Amino acid sequence: MTDVAMVEMRGVAKTFGALQVLRDIDLTVQTSEVVCLIGPSGSGKSTLLRCINFLEPYDAGEVRIEGRLIGYTETSPRRPMPHHALQKMRRAIGMVFQHFNLWPHMTALENVAEALVRVRGFSRTDATGRARAMLARVGLAEKEKSYPARLSGGQQQRVAIARSLAMEPRLMLFDEPTSALDPELVGEVLQVMRDLAAEGMTMIVVTHEMGFAASVADRIAFLDHGRIVASGSPRAVLHESEEPRVRQFLQTYHERNSF
Amino acid sequence: MKLQAALDALPYLLSAAGTTLWISLAGIALGQVLGACVLLARTARSPALRRAGAVYVSFFRGVPLLVQLLLIYYFLPYIGIDVPPLVAAIGALGLASGAYVSEIFRGSLAAIPRGQAEAAQALGFSSATVWRRILLPQMLRISTPALVNELILLLKASSLISVVGVTELTRTSHSFAAATYRPFEIYITAALIYLAMNLALAALGAVLERRLAAAG
Repeated sequence: MTDVAMVEMRGVAKTFGALQVLRDIDLTVQTSEVVCLIGPSGSGKSTLLRCINFLEPYDAGEVRIEGRLIGYTETSPRRPMPHHALQKMRRAIGMVFQHFNLWPHMTALENVAEALVRVRGFSRTDATGRARAMLARVGLAEKEKSYPARLSGGQQQRVAIARSLAMEPRLMLFDEPTSALDPELVGEVLQVMRDLAAEGMTMIVVTHEMGFAASVADRIAFLDHGRIVASGSPRAVLHESEEPRVRQFLQTYHERNSF
Repeated sequence: MKLQAALDALPYLLSAAGTTLWISLAGIALGQVLGACVLLARTARSPALRRAGAVYVSFFRGVPLLVQLLLIYYFLPYIGIDVPPLVAAIGALGLASGAYVSEIFRGSLAAIPRGQAEAAQALGFSSATVWRRILLPQMLRISTPALVNELILLLKASSLISVVGVTELTRTSHSFAAATYRPFEIYITAALIYLAMNLALAALGAVLERRLAAAG
């Protein structure tokens, strides 16, 4: 077994028009690691995350998933990767979005089963069986017939997590999974994520939940203006960092969350 | 007022109304297929396809339906293609509504949040499957009220196809009005039949909308 990282980003850069949103990003995530990306809004955290499954094409540098370059061919000069190859790589990478993005015309169960049928080629019966098990795992077995509009935000996000997990990903990306939730619903989603981390899932989480980052992350990377300006253990970044931008950010965070 | 003239004509008018209804339904069915194709062209990567889609919409929205109908009816035989009146009629209605339906679809597509497709892409869906399973069903749902409206407009516009000799409701009324010299009685009957059909369609649309709303 070679020691290849789950995710390896080298010199990744990305511009939107004249705006450089990511500059020279280096980030390595090992199997079973939990890495939290924090930083002010507009710092590029979500864009960085979206480069990992190539929902956002990066312009320069490399993103490798288990050693394989995503989004581009290995040729020089590189060209966009064929669609089917990209689709195949994405099967191993689950993603959970801020706004859940459940499909409103399908029940919870259908939402979870759909990709198993369409992407993995399961029979409808097998897919439904696996989907039931996944909903049970996130504590929503009794909601399988509900349409998303009838579920609370927390329940919708748990269905979305179940939908990703059903595909047996080796890596999970979370893009501010609790930011759109009412405060009293945040806990149930974070609990599912804690359980997942405890089971050894490799996770990269963009979050504003410092408590979660402090207690679950193996590593925290702090972004500002498209750069990783601090990175290390939660203790090193949240408590011991001398970096003024980190101090400033945490100061603001504490002021906003104290009353 | 001679109600007898209207009563005598009624069975024929009703049967002609059936023709009007099924031609309109065939027209909007064709319009939906064309509308979806035009939308695909307009959102395609190829600039030529996008341009072709835009030209289609401008032409069929910009030229009166009656003129389109006459063009199809007279131009195609001129280049050696023989078109039965019924085919010309359904074709013209379908082509015209295709332009409107593609605009309806375009608006509905824009109303679907980007995350809907992204969630599917992240799971490894192909673009064709994203279209078929995620975007199209939601587009149809969002479009339902506008499509019912379009069907009502089309059903009224179908009176124009009387000019190419299809015996639908307007043409049949015309024949009876001329033969009985009771135009008022006959046309008021025709008007009431049109109205009844459209009210029924609107009611059906409302039921459909409620069902879709209940589903999510």
